[in-house]
Amino acid sequence: MKNNIAHIRSQFPILHQEVNGKPLVYFDNAATTQKPKQVIDALQRYYELDNANIHRAAHTLAARSTDYFEDTRKTIQQFINAKEDAECIFTKGVTESINLVAQTWGRTNLKAGDEVIITTMEHHSNIVPWQMICDEKGATLKVIPINNEGELLMDEFDKLLSAQTKIVACVWVSNALGTINPVEQIIQKAHAVGAKVLLDGAQACSHMQVDVQTLDCDFLTISSHKLYGPTGVGVLYGKRELLDAMPPYHGGGEMIKEVTFEKTTYNEIPYKFEAGTPNIADVIAFKYALDYVNELGQELIAIHENELLNHFVEGIHQLNKTNNNAIKLVGTAKNKVSVQSFVVNNMHHFDTGMMLDAKGIAVRTGHHCTQPLMQRLGFDGTVRASFALYNTIDEVDSLLQALSSMVKFAKR
Amino acid sequence: MDNFSLFDGDMESTLFYLMDLGNKLPTMPDEHKTEEFMVKGCQSKVWVYPNFTDGKVQFEADSNTAITKGLVFLLWSIWNNQTPQEILNTELFFIDKIGMSRMIGSQRSNGFTSMIKQMKMYALAYSNR
Repeated sequence: MKNNIAHIRSQFPILHQEVNGKPLVYFDNAATTQKPKQVIDALQRYYELDNANIHRAAHTLAARSTDYFEDTRKTIQQFINAKEDAECIFTKGVTESINLVAQTWGRTNLKAGDEVIITTMEHHSNIVPWQMICDEKGATLKVIPINNEGELLMDEFDKLLSAQTKIVACVWVSNALGTINPVEQIIQKAHAVGAKVLLDGAQACSHMQVDVQTLDCDFLTISSHKLYGPTGVGVLYGKRELLDAMPPYHGGGEMIKEVTFEKTTYNEIPYKFEAGTPNIADVIAFKYALDYVNELGQELIAIHENELLNHFVEGIHQLNKTNNNAIKLVGTAKNKVSVQSFVVNNMHHFDTGMMLDAKGIAVRTGHHCTQPLMQRLGFDGTVRASFALYNTIDEVDSLLQALSSMVKFAKR
Repeated sequence: MDNFSLFDGDMESTLFYLMDLGNKLPTMPDEHKTEEFMVKGCQSKVWVYPNFTDGKVQFEADSNTAITKGLVFLLWSIWNNQTPQEILNTELFFIDKIGMSRMIGSQRSNGFTSMIKQMKMYALAYSNR
């Protein structure tokens, strides 16, 4: 990838601009990734040539739109190796995917006394939906603790698991820390007590290969916009037997088989869960993002991103040697993706973020929608740099250089 | 305010200057930094504690971030020890003049706006005394 990085960057138009008079360095990829020209072109082409509502009319444009829409479903099926494309439901995003499971599977399967297990490093979107349904059903939410490096304490997980455990809803890769959780083990242990497993794959799917059949997870959530695709599109993967048994989420068009004022029968999956006109254009363009990632190869992408991460972490260690450990790395798990949180001593994370922005470097600052995790680690927020396939070692060096001058300023 | 024109829109120098300005704010006692006196809307925390003596409003103010503290200092230096009417009559041209709205972005501008509103609210309350 190093050899064709210039070519890769040329496919991302947004990267070629100045911010505050400096070349843009985009390191906020865990919040959202930029889109290649292929995706942007697909969006424009759809509205210029193909726009029509899907699954309904007899005319040619509608047929074409429907085909393209369903092509994306087939592509995502292959991308995660689902048994059939009907197991892939389009949603607005990961948040909606999780809410869908909590409100349909949760509503029919949870009762008073049952337990739902999550982890300390969940995004709010994998906490609040479970709190809501647990409150409603009288079920209890249990939390797997972590160590100071940001790794799950699996012994504690063993202690939490019991016959009362109905589902383990677990983030695969932490958005704030980059930790890759041992989901294979989690799934195996959860299944052993008869519990289902939902994996929040928002961060994972852009960094690693996914095979839901080998993993044997029951649900997996995917975000398009964190995978170089458009915003407003997510996927919920679920095993057919579970999806078939779940009641619909939203009522409306598309999700019905037959409607009378007395009784409505519901459509098959995936349509049962896709009420109303979906986000057709963005779903269609999402396919081009998946094709793009497939073409580059996820293994090569991961190698490149790990190089960037290692270069950054090594750079911080060097910087710390001559600056009295002025930068604290937050999230130092052995197994992680190219996401690194940190704080600069004597400097609020927000000031650090603003100062980096002044140098054209975009990072995320704050609690990263993981307030319980921040409380556990003793921070009210961090600065987070997250690296993607189009980032370069030179860009990482710009960040290191900026941090080096900032550390000197903070020390005064 | 004229000092800002020296930076000619250079964001980094402006931020450094703001952070320096923040250090000039008199220390605010911790016991006044309560929820009641926190200004909502800022990404970072801001506290404004008013007092009214001799027909003038005195403000204690602070922020937990250095850049915001600089912004707080600008407001403080304009409004501290002014009459409620003077505060209510002020139009804050400097926000645009130093390119604040462009630099700070809407999210923070909104926080800054809430800070201005809060200080004017206190002035309004004292103006009826």
